[in-house]
Amino acid sequence: MNAATRMRLRGMIRKESLQIVRDPSSIAIAFVLPVILLFLFGYGVSLDARRIPLGLVIEQPDAATAALAGAFERSEFFAPRRFASIQEARRALVERRLDGIVWMRSDFARRLLHGDTAPIAVLVNGVDANQARITQGYVQGAWLAWLERYAAARGRALPAGAALEPRVWFNAALVSRHFLVPGLVAIIMTLIGSLLTALVVAREWDRGTMEALMVTPLHIRELIAGKLVPYFVLGMGGMLFTVALAVWQFDVPLRGSLWALAGAGALFMLVSLAMGLAISFAAKNQFVAGQVAIVVTFLPAFILSGFIFDIHSMPGPIQVITHVVPARYFVAILQSLFLAGDVWPVYWANMAAMVVLLAAFMTMVRRKARKRLE
Amino acid sequence: MSPPALRLEAVTKRFAAGDRVVTALDAVDIVVPAGGICGLIGPDGAGKTTLMRLAAGLLAPDTGRIDVLGLDPTAEPQAVQSAVGYMPQRFGLYEDLSVQENLDLYADLHGVPHSRRRQRYARLMRMTGLAPFTRRLAGRLSGGMKQKLGLACALVDPPRLLLLDEPTVGVDPVSRRELWSIVVQQVGEAGMTVLLSTAYLDEAERCDQVILIHEGRVLGQDAPEGFAREAAGRSFELEAPGVHARRLQSRLARLPGVLDASVIGDQVRIVTTPGFDPDPRDLLPQMHDLSIRAVPPRFEDAFILRLRGAVGASSPAPIGPIQVSADRDETVIRVRNLERRFGRFRAVKGVSFSVRRGEIFGLLGANGAGKTTTFRMLCGLLPPSGGELSVAGHDLRHARAQARARIGYMAQKFSLYSNLTVWQNLRFFAAAYGLRGARHRQRLRWALEGFELGAFRDVNAGVLPLGYKQRLAFAAALMHEPEILFLDEPTSGVDPLARREFWARINALAEAGVTALVTTHFMEEANYCDRLVIMADGEILAEGSPHEIRARARTPDHPRPSMEDAFIGLIQGRRQAA
Repeated sequence: MNAATRMRLRGMIRKESLQIVRDPSSIAIAFVLPVILLFLFGYGVSLDARRIPLGLVIEQPDAATAALAGAFERSEFFAPRRFASIQEARRALVERRLDGIVWMRSDFARRLLHGDTAPIAVLVNGVDANQARITQGYVQGAWLAWLERYAAARGRALPAGAALEPRVWFNAALVSRHFLVPGLVAIIMTLIGSLLTALVVAREWDRGTMEALMVTPLHIRELIAGKLVPYFVLGMGGMLFTVALAVWQFDVPLRGSLWALAGAGALFMLVSLAMGLAISFAAKNQFVAGQVAIVVTFLPAFILSGFIFDIHSMPGPIQVITHVVPARYFVAILQSLFLAGDVWPVYWANMAAMVVLLAAFMTMVRRKARKRLE
Repeated sequence: MSPPALRLEAVTKRFAAGDRVVTALDAVDIVVPAGGICGLIGPDGAGKTTLMRLAAGLLAPDTGRIDVLGLDPTAEPQAVQSAVGYMPQRFGLYEDLSVQENLDLYADLHGVPHSRRRQRYARLMRMTGLAPFTRRLAGRLSGGMKQKLGLACALVDPPRLLLLDEPTVGVDPVSRRELWSIVVQQVGEAGMTVLLSTAYLDEAERCDQVILIHEGRVLGQDAPEGFAREAAGRSFELEAPGVHARRLQSRLARLPGVLDASVIGDQVRIVTTPGFDPDPRDLLPQMHDLSIRAVPPRFEDAFILRLRGAVGASSPAPIGPIQVSADRDETVIRVRNLERRFGRFRAVKGVSFSVRRGEIFGLLGANGAGKTTTFRMLCGLLPPSGGELSVAGHDLRHARAQARARIGYMAQKFSLYSNLTVWQNLRFFAAAYGLRGARHRQRLRWALEGFELGAFRDVNAGVLPLGYKQRLAFAAALMHEPEILFLDEPTSGVDPLARREFWARINALAEAGVTALVTTHFMEEANYCDRLVIMADGEILAEGSPHEIRARARTPDHPRPSMEDAFIGLIQGRRQAA
């Protein structure tokens, strides 16, 4: 690098850094937004079942039904209410005051004694399929657990034969926060890398400063580098901040190494920046650049990365699309680093995919970014 | 002789605008000789900015060859961009950086060694008068100071060729004079070539060479005296005591043999057909004490002649009758201690004036003087922070639709629907003003005929030539025959012919009793007003008739000051007081 290049680069980086420091919106996106998102996802959103509203219909109360109802009532997963008749409970289900009904018919005690496998009927509200599956699973689990205890108390084997013993690895308590919060790191870095960068470069077009920058000895490579460096630093700062909050505020375990996390973060930041630059050089207008950045980078990072929705349960064509969403690879790395540890085959496979995407986006930037107005 | 700094040979540049192709430059041939100031002069939309961008390598020509300092900007844009200096229309300043930080950035980009900077900065700051403001953010400078900082940034490393795209547009005349003196000084010292575009015709006379450009075609290239020579012996000034210059002008403009008539102070200036000898007795026989004297030609005279040659003569069609009440002494607009604050910034500071029916009332000032803010409050678009105002007896913010129907408003930059045709725009505005049935049809016909828009009936408003956009916007504002007109910068950027046409129409409306409030930053246009106020920094510096305001600047050595002289006098008086 010769002296003139160094001087131009330093000038660009200094200018860009001053603008970041003076522009409240960039600080807000890098540091305030992470806090809001973390608190929202850390406390507000939960994919776990807690206190499921459940209706209990007991046609003929006796010792057995009282024992089962008691089991539901003691459980922290359910908030049961008793109904006098199935019709009444059904109405509550239709009105969505209940997620499910456990119906103990008049022959409950008799069928239980005979060793019948399903003396209760379970109705779940299928409007929200996800919630229905969770309710069904939890009711089934509670029923089996109670049945086992009931049988053991009477010195008999389980009527159904095999006993179920679930064991969850890596997130033993099944706290959804533990996999949501690491995924948020990817979302926040996408916001800084793509949205913020697309906006600030497009602003230069809007205000006419780009035109003035272009008619100087500044080379287009230096222009790109001058934009990349300060936002890279800002993005890494945002990541460090988010990780710190995740570990200390939300008690998410970080089982992998910090170096692996920093390496993956840096690579993902570059990919995000490249996307942001490509968008702003193509759009040349703040409003369009902002819209495109949200639709092309932020929403896919949210929906198609495996951050919230499991990629394997998506329809085939959508699964194919997720392969060009860089956040997908980073989310995979993040979740394994936080919850499992350094799983090197997973790590390097996803890193390699991000390198390929980085090369593709950088080629796009180099092609689009010319010192021309058309 | 040294090779030219810039040469264009048969350069054509087209842009796609929707489904139409607009030819921005059409087979342009120009040569800008090395050294000196070359003015690129023409109205908005003439192709000035396109030409500047082609020279800077920011655009590539469709056909033709360009040579910039011996380099080809199409083949090696970076080499050209490293060699020339360029100040785009919005001066390329970072508003969130301070004056010093902007300078540092451009010094870094141009590779000015640190050892030379201190001296260079000091010199630039002295020249621009920005030395006391080096730590202020560029966004908080006044319009004129921003312009000077933009120029200073382009001059940090004096280039061999400096391209300045409309550096003086919208700034007050004092800043304009200062900018010119900086440019002239730099040319003399550094031996650089400057190509400067402008829509102000009076600036042509400061250039060494002038390129006249109109609708993508070069109308001519010569020294300014060379242009003026064409109008030699054909320029006269007329005066008739007791007759309003505007009325005299409108009568003279209709005479055969008179190609152009404009109001200059209390006189009317005319340009005649060659060989025409104006005799006061024949010209206007009913006026007995009309005096005529021959005057040296101006650049503007020559421009009008060339335009008439290119466009063909046309005098505006008579505007249809407008019915308004005839009570001339009634005050229709009254403003007292009007205030408007935006946060801590006071855009309008206690402004007071009143306008009588049938008056043309001007608000004169540079960009940022508070003209548009005052206007918006009068039209009820913006609540005042303090003071009183009434328009036709109402505060339009709380007035009903009937009161609003009595005013017409033409916003800056002609707010039209650019993807609707001329006809659709007119129909929309007619409907918006609640015209129906026969009246609706009659007013639409009036607009098409009275403003000669018939040929463009089915053309999208966005691709109209600027002069026609102005006509369309004007027609739209007049659709419902309002009795009070608010016209915000109605002549900004349009060519001198269109400007004359516009004033002829306003005259006719005022004769019919329509009241017009007009803002402008063209000093000479103030002469068309009955009364005006001069505004700067949200305050009124002077109020009166054009004659009274000019009279304030009269001194023994300067017996006939222009409106610009008066304005500059007022601004400087204020600066000294501050």
